[in-house]
Amino acid sequence: MNQVQNFTKGFIKENPVFVLLLGLCPTLGVTTSAINGLGMGLATTFVLVMSNLVVSLIKNAIPDKIRIPSFIVIIASFVTIVELTMQAYTPALFDALGLFIPLIVVNCIVLGRAEAFASKQTVYSSMIDGVGMGLGFAFALTLLGGVRELLGSGAIFGINLIKGDLMLVFVLAPGAFIALGYLIALMNKVVKS
Amino acid sequence: MWALETDSKKDIKQQYKMASKKESSFINMVITLFLVTAVAALALGGVYTVTKEPIAIAKQKKLEAAIKAVLPEFDTITTKKVADNDDDSLTFYYANKGGENIGVAIKTYTNKGFSGKIELMVGLLNDGSISNTAVLSHKETPGLGDKMDKKKSDFPDQFIGKSPAEFTLKVTKDGGDVDAITAATISSRAFCDAVERAYDTFEKSQDSRTKSQEPR
Repeated sequence: MNQVQNFTKGFIKENPVFVLLLGLCPTLGVTTSAINGLGMGLATTFVLVMSNLVVSLIKNAIPDKIRIPSFIVIIASFVTIVELTMQAYTPALFDALGLFIPLIVVNCIVLGRAEAFASKQTVYSSMIDGVGMGLGFAFALTLLGGVRELLGSGAIFGINLIKGDLMLVFVLAPGAFIALGYLIALMNKVVKS
Repeated sequence: MWALETDSKKDIKQQYKMASKKESSFINMVITLFLVTAVAALALGGVYTVTKEPIAIAKQKKLEAAIKAVLPEFDTITTKKVADNDDDSLTFYYANKGGENIGVAIKTYTNKGFSGKIELMVGLLNDGSISNTAVLSHKETPGLGDKMDKKKSDFPDQFIGKSPAEFTLKVTKDGGDVDAITAATISSRAFCDAVERAYDTFEKSQDSRTKSQEPR
């Protein structure tokens, strides 16, 4: 597999949300607006790239039986670093996402990439994989957030397009499932044709 | 036969070593996990020390912005803790302008929110009327209960200039004067509860103030 394919597979072919269906807890939880989805996606991208980098660097020094606990410690450390940095330098974003940042630790996509890719590949391709997968995740979250924000409150990225309340269900949890279902269907249609 | 088996076992071990992966022996696992956690702990300690001050500053700024938002212009603040009716205490930020007290910003809370605790800053003028309110933190449903935030709807505006002495801090459904947020009655009730807590505590502190002055 060349590096271009390695990078782009995260967007459509192996998109974490639409195809792999990994990390759905933060996906459904934070995407009440496009900006929340984008912020969560970028934070996850950072954690994904850093954990992929470190895991592929030390993959040979970790005995097989304890690889999962070691990966979790590495991932959790980067998540805490993101949390503290956000709290210190972008308090407004932290207010919106604060609750969900610790959830990145249990986001299957991060551990999934560490286990399935970074622990077997070179440092360079692991980083490319992390960037691609992370941006694919961010793209999916932003799209889902945008759809829900538009249908639920008539706005996009906080800019009001239509006054008043629209279909409130899309802002609530059931709307997340409905919107995600339709987006997956649409994605499958696009990929097949 | 026996020799063959041991040979194949050796082969497997050999292959294992060729992949240059560390063996999962007890001592290897202990050392590796210790090193991984030690490095992680060091890194986290470092980041914590670096971000400790900016986090404190950001929190302070948020608090100051909230006090500024709920009171008319002032130059100095004096802080005081006042006990409320529920064995807890609220923080009072007395605002002064030119040495004279112009009002108080009260950091109040309620546990009656739809999803837990809501923290508000309520500005009260000396006559007991509400100057303004601001939401400090909440976990209400996005799109419904979070409309108590000024940025999202004009729900909090109905409190401005009202004195809780005449203005009943209850939603209209419960026989009060507050128009609840559509589809978020519980959040609206909680908001009223927090404002009421601030007002009651303020009243109590005013009472004890006048009483302590009387004997002189």
